[in-house]
Order: sequence, then C-alpha cells, then structure tokens
Amino acid sequence: MLIVPPNSFCLFVLRHTAAILVLLSFLVHPPAGRSLENPYIVAYDHNLEEPGSLEVEYFSTFGTQRGGPDFHAYWAELEYGATAWWTTELYLDGQTTFGESTLFTGYRWENRLRPLKNEHLINPVLYVEFENTNGADKILKEVEGHDVEANYAVPNAVARQERTREMEFKLMLSSNYKGCNFTENTIATKNLSDEPWEFGYAMGASRPLAMKGAAHRCNFCRQHFVAGVELYGGLGDRYGFGLNDTSHYLGAGLAWNLPSGWTFRIEPTFGLNDNSHQFLLRWGVSREFSGFGSMIGGLFKGRQE
Amino acid sequence: MKLYQFVIVSVLPFSGVIAAAGPQDPPRRSGQESVYDELKKAPDKYSGKTNPLANDADAVAAGGILFEEHCEECHGKEGMGGKKAPSLRAEEVQNAAPGAIFWILTNGVVRKKMPVWSKLPEPERWQLVRYIKSLGIASARASQSGKP
Repeated sequence: MLIVPPNSFCLFVLRHTAAILVLLSFLVHPPAGRSLENPYIVAYDHNLEEPGSLEVEYFSTFGTQRGGPDFHAYWAELEYGATAWWTTELYLDGQTTFGESTLFTGYRWENRLRPLKNEHLINPVLYVEFENTNGADKILKEVEGHDVEANYAVPNAVARQERTREMEFKLMLSSNYKGCNFTENTIATKNLSDEPWEFGYAMGASRPLAMKGAAHRCNFCRQHFVAGVELYGGLGDRYGFGLNDTSHYLGAGLAWNLPSGWTFRIEPTFGLNDNSHQFLLRWGVSREFSGFGSMIGGLFKGRQE
Repeated sequence: MKLYQFVIVSVLPFSGVIAAAGPQDPPRRSGQESVYDELKKAPDKYSGKTNPLANDADAVAAGGILFEEHCEECHGKEGMGGKKAPSLRAEEVQNAAPGAIFWILTNGVVRKKMPVWSKLPEPERWQLVRYIKSLGIASARASQSGKP
C-alpha cells in the first residue's frame, strides 16, 4: 500500500497552491461570483464566506530578519461557508529560510461563528482555532504574547524540534459603516502544554475606492479595489500583560476583487518597535468557487426526477 | 505529523461540507413563503426609506451586473428562483417596499441561508434594489419553469 508521507505531501501542496488554483479554475467552471474581500492579512472582519462557497487562498510573507537570514513564509487556506453563520478553514503552513531549508511547519483548523442573526452597528464574531505547528513556523498570521523578532532567528534545524499545540480564541468586533469597515480582534491563546495564556490584538480599517457599481463590465473599475490599514501586535501573557517585550506592526494593504472570483492582495508592513521585524511584504491570491457545497452534496444523491 | 492527525485534519473541515450538503435541496413552497415573510419584518425605519438612486439612469444596469456577480447563483437568472433560493419575481418581493428589500440585503436571513450583504456599500445595495424591482412579477409556474 502506498502511503504518501503527510509532511512531504503538505509541503508539495503548499508550494504549488497558486498553480493548483489556476489549474482548478480551468478544470472546474464555477458560477461567476465576485469576492468582496477586505485587504486585511491578519485582522478579520465579520463578513463570513457565503454558504456553500469554497475559497482557496495562498498567502505569502517575505520578512527581513536581524541576526539571521531573511525568510519567505507561506500558507494555503481552504475556507468554506458551512452555513451563513459558520465558516470553517484549514491552513497548511510552510517556510523557506534563505540559506537554510524549506519545510512544512504545521496546520491550523479555525472556525468563525456569527452569533447574532441581524446586522448591528458592531457585529461580534467568535473564533476558535486549533493549531499544531512547530517552532519554525513564521507565517505571522497573528502576533501574540511576547513574540519578538529574535525568536525567528533560531535555525530551522533547531526550531523545528519544538512542537506547538495550542487553542486560540478571538472576539472580533466589526462594523460596516458608510461603506467602510472597521474591525478589532482580541486574541487569547493557550498552549496545550503547561504554558500561560497569551494575548494579542489586531485592528483594521478599509474602504472601497468607489461606492457605486459601474453600469458596464470592467476589471479595473474603482469599485473592485479596497484599500485599508491594519495594526497588530502582542499584549504579553498572563504573568506579564502589557506592551513590554512585545512586537507591533502597521501595514497598508490593497485588495483587488475581480468579477471572475479572483482576489489579489498586497500589504507592505512595517515593524513599530525594536522587537519587530523591520519589514514584511505580504501578498495573497485567492479564488472563490461558488456552489462547492452543492457540487459535493450532489455526489451523494441519486438522480431526482 | 502522524497519519491519524493527517486523517483528522483532512476529514474535519469537510464535516462542514456535509452539514451544508443537506440543506441545499430545492426549497419547498412553504419554505419560500416563510422566506418572503421576512420582508414583513423590516422595521418601519427601513420600509419607509425611499431609494436614493430612484432617478439614477445607470442604477438598473449596474444593479444587473451586481446581481449576476452575487445573487444569480442562488436566485437564478433574472431572479426567477433557483435550487437554493426563491424567486424574486414573486408578488411578495415585487410589491414590497424598496426599503424592505434593502433591509433584507443588509441583514440577510442568516438562519435561512440568505447571507448578509452589508459588505456591499449602501449605494450598491440600492442599485440591486432598483434592478430587482425592475424585473417585475412573474407567475409561480413561469418561475419554476424558468420563463418570465
């Protein structure tokens, strides 16, 4: 029996996600559905995935590193709208540290739940994530506790020996007001080994470049572009809550939501203190496949006359 | 990563797919009626709103493009109804106040699979309302057969 080693398989998928995305978009012809993604890479808003839609995403972070080689971290993300109030996602993480090695660093499974059925001025979303990664993970999907730049200078061969299994909880408070989005995420993380709770935050604001839709089809119309900023960082842990020995980042992003369902995002990010990486260049590409749930559901049903 | 962890991670996210696969059946008429009832729940503050783009010459065309991008997959071509969502050519929708349709777009009917569209800027939601109201009433039989 042929068993594909999971790590190699995950790394293969990760490194070829963009190519797989392009291939899938040619093989599968999903109904056209323009995504409406904000440019955030770290912060979440309260807009969940449409029910039955699958979004395949690839994100990439190039980071400068003082005291060690620069790195390129990346993750693939499968985001599925299980219902209008529940979105579930699987992440596969990897990284290349220049001059060292390329490795698969782990996976995450996250769920976002919208408890209120109507839209309010401030809309809460609950977030629960299980994370199983190793110490070489550098995707910086969130910053929490006392995460500082020096932690990322440890050589891959050493860092990968450390295993991290943690639960992460977030309370997201997000608002769509006059076409703009404002969001604030409070993060609490518990390593399942005997380590203290760690805390962090992320906040963002964004706005489409045009509020009205154009009366003709176009890819470059201003309504397809959303500009935004996000700020995120750590808040220490249970025994040392606050800003001491924490890192903080500010990024300015742009998302381009194409009518064909593709979204491109780019976000240059700058560290705000000496504990932070000086510069991160983050970008991502995603493709929404509408009606994925119906397609899978159809596989399990007989033909109905 | 051990093999059992890999299997768990592979299978768990698709529990959502399976959970969603059941409710994708074509809605029954009674289900559609209850969805239409949601329009009546629009607060007066919304029902009384007039469409600020009522005299915008481009609003219907722009709304039509937005409809194709976001609504057609569920509500069918020209709003005739689809497997997942009811016809928008029904009297209940066409006779509803523009503000009530706007309210449904803004809030969704989350427990009945209609997503929240507050992420669309307000003018785009009003463009959609203009387009939906421009479709006019079609009979239930025509809606089911896909003909106007």
